[in-house]
Amino acid sequence: MRPAETDTLTIFERSQEGRRAFSPPPTDVPETPIEELLPAAAVRRWPPELPEVAEPEIVRHYNNLSKKNFDLDTGFYPLGSCTMKYNPKLNERVAALPGHARLHPLQDDEYAQGALELMWRLERALAEIAGLPHVSLQPSAGSHGELAGLLLTRAYHEDRGESRTKVLTPDTAHGTNPATVTMAGYEVVKVGTAADGGVDLDDLRARAGEDTACLMLTNPNTLGLFDRNIEEIARIVHEAGATLYYDGANLNAVVGISRPGDMGFDIVHFNLHKTFTQPHGGGGPGAGPIAVSDRIEPYLPVPRVVESASRNGAEPAYELDQDHPKSIGRLRGFQGNFGVFVRSYAYIRSVGGDGLRDVAETAVLNANYLRARLAEPGIGELLPVAFDRTCMHEFVLSGAPAKRELGIKTLDIAKRLLDHRVHPPTVYFPLLVHEALMIEPTETETRETLDRFADSIRAILEEGRRDPELVKGAPYETPVRRLDEGRAARRPIVRQPPVT
Amino acid sequence: MTRYTSATDRDRREMLAAIGAGSIDDLFADIPESLRLSAPLELPDGMAEQDVYDHLAQLAARNRHCEDEVSFLGAGMYDHYVPALIDSIIQRSEFLTPYTPYQPEVSQGGLQAMFEFQTAISELTGLPVANASLYEGPSSVASAGYLALLENRRSRFVTSRGVHPHSRAALETYGRGFGTTLHETPLDERGATDLDALAAAVDDDTAAVFLQQPNFLGTVEDLGPLVEAAQRTGALVVCSVDPLTLGVLEPPGAFGVDIAVGEGQSLGNRLDYGGPSFGFFAARDRFIRRMPGRIAGETVDADGRRGFVLTLQTREQHIRREKATHNICTSQALNAVAGVIYLSWLGRRGIVELGELMLRRTHYAREALGLQPINPGPVVREFAMRVPDLDDLFRRARAERVNPGYRLGRDYPEYADGLLVAITERRTRADIDRLAGLVARSREGVAA
Repeated sequence: MRPAETDTLTIFERSQEGRRAFSPPPTDVPETPIEELLPAAAVRRWPPELPEVAEPEIVRHYNNLSKKNFDLDTGFYPLGSCTMKYNPKLNERVAALPGHARLHPLQDDEYAQGALELMWRLERALAEIAGLPHVSLQPSAGSHGELAGLLLTRAYHEDRGESRTKVLTPDTAHGTNPATVTMAGYEVVKVGTAADGGVDLDDLRARAGEDTACLMLTNPNTLGLFDRNIEEIARIVHEAGATLYYDGANLNAVVGISRPGDMGFDIVHFNLHKTFTQPHGGGGPGAGPIAVSDRIEPYLPVPRVVESASRNGAEPAYELDQDHPKSIGRLRGFQGNFGVFVRSYAYIRSVGGDGLRDVAETAVLNANYLRARLAEPGIGELLPVAFDRTCMHEFVLSGAPAKRELGIKTLDIAKRLLDHRVHPPTVYFPLLVHEALMIEPTETETRETLDRFADSIRAILEEGRRDPELVKGAPYETPVRRLDEGRAARRPIVRQPPVT
Repeated sequence: MTRYTSATDRDRREMLAAIGAGSIDDLFADIPESLRLSAPLELPDGMAEQDVYDHLAQLAARNRHCEDEVSFLGAGMYDHYVPALIDSIIQRSEFLTPYTPYQPEVSQGGLQAMFEFQTAISELTGLPVANASLYEGPSSVASAGYLALLENRRSRFVTSRGVHPHSRAALETYGRGFGTTLHETPLDERGATDLDALAAAVDDDTAAVFLQQPNFLGTVEDLGPLVEAAQRTGALVVCSVDPLTLGVLEPPGAFGVDIAVGEGQSLGNRLDYGGPSFGFFAARDRFIRRMPGRIAGETVDADGRRGFVLTLQTREQHIRREKATHNICTSQALNAVAGVIYLSWLGRRGIVELGELMLRRTHYAREALGLQPINPGPVVREFAMRVPDLDDLFRRARAERVNPGYRLGRDYPEYADGLLVAITERRTRADIDRLAGLVARSREGVAA
């Protein structure tokens, strides 16, 4: 893991006046002085202080930086709620085809038929997977899809002459849910969790009313548990006149097995960067398409892709349609993250309908197997599973006993895992589990990898019994050791100091 | 079993035994029977890799892309050259496949790249703090509006009609949630923001004023007086900028703009039919604790070595939940890495040289086409002209695999005969002369 080069110079600190990587094309038009082309007030007085570096040093710099990153192609990445599954290489190849990569977003529809057909086919596939008939690919990520969902909810209620003010979110919800509620102009009302890890139905009944606009739900939830009462939940929400929103972050558990539309959800977002193998890119890009029911359809974002039926044996034609007077409008520019659509469409065609079912089955098998391995003596008593039920694609352990008995916190275990060349699980989430470790192995990991992970956890706990200070000081083998986050926040240094 | 999963029948048997379950179906017992699909999804079966490739290649072949034609399309995304080193670096799995860097000890590469990106954006915009990316241009404009609301609790947005139509549309869409109204002020007869109309539209309830540099028609706005008029009542000024013009144009920070945002595609990202690219967001110091998105900050590790972390996370949804300053989680980190590599490649001199080349070719093109300009004032990489018969021009040009540009009438009915022409370093004088020839023949044809 140690980088080939241990220094931390930035690309700006490598700059030497006069060096360059860019050779400009020749000026083939008159070299009119800039002052004659632009008013004096508009002309930049000092150039931006960008680095001056030749190409080999840029490549070396960023390649060396890359070696300081842990990545999914190198090792196990059981980061709960993030679905760190293998990203097929084929997807990168097809996304890079010039017909995709160099297609201008404002190309006339008749010269972008392949792209529009791909979007239309992806929409149809996602509609089938969701069990809801209408899809918009436009949102750029999950939280963008959530915002779309709440704006759709608002438009739906307002169109019926209703102004509702509150959105319900379970206390286990992803942070994006309540944050989106606020951004969409609603008030958050929290719903409690029952003893079995599902939504507390009594609490839900008490809180759902005529001011409720929506319930946002993840199912399976962030504890990795499928809510057995989902039909009753849908009934309560719909009787209150609210919409039911499906946060698709955990769709990988049920894809091809069960469909949110059949469960009673009105609006679903997909994370193409989770279930549908778009690489995470160190924090994006992703895409967050939404699928909706008939009653929400009139409000979908524009533009929409439409297919006009083939005539006289001709191929069907596709176009972007702006004409939807009740639409909430645009959430962003152009057609969305098309390059992500290409990768996810390639993935869906690669595994097919039968393969998607296998994805969920294997993801759930792997999670339950790892849960069983981590319940074994020597591990289970220190890191008990928070809700002892069959889990779906992920499960949550509590590090509270380990902290109490060994004095090592969940954070210490996470950091020590780094020395085992494993990315730690999601930690300290969901909030209602003390010292939480949220583990999602995904379907693309082998049984041997899961066994090795269990061995690592066991070894760390044994080490914790023997020498807790060793664990508390971890990591040791990484490019840097624990970083002082408090210092970074107290006096933020968020850029290279300017040249004065 | 798919080609991306490894569990054999034997694995399944043994793993189920370890779990204590009789079958895979037992693992799904929590899902009510009535909600479990009884038949497979109605989707085609999986295909061999080569067949998927062929299918996608056939679809791609039906798109006329920028290698298939000489394209003068711009209007927010531009056909710039993406240097080979970017593909090579961002396809490395260490940049391509990690999650957001929640474990900084094993994410120093991504975090340092974010820090460098923030530095580059700060340099370009002339504003002291920048985040590590948002989704793309128009949603970044709307996000800047949200910061203004958090800041001054007012309820009205004023935008110049020169702001990208998609940005204005996003402001309107987001505004349904924010509870804001959007007031649009016109362009003058020279295709620039009408200063008097803007000044008159700004009132005590105006949260933010939105400008774009250069504006959608390509006009270089006279930012100084506009910013001054906009800030008169305490509204924040948000300026959307084309980052690749900032080698030659004075940056928004120099005019006292509060927040600069923009579309980052022109910085080393491919067109991709509109995305993924990245949005950027830079602001004055005092807004740093309300900025949306990830921010990388410098610190030290337990041994005193320099390192980088995600910082000021108390702004963010995963910490602050409903009190967060924005809901964004996944943004466009990889595209931002491409952006900072591009800016390093272009360098301190290159960004000026490239800007000057575009500027000169743009002025050359405007003269060569010889049409009536909609915006006769200063332009830097794009300009708008009135075309006597747009349909005729497009027919002729299309036949010769030339794409003359963007029909302004799609967004501006008042310029129904308008054509927006974009110039990049890839559009040579010969390309421009070719378009000029088509324009001339079209005019002769129309006159005849």
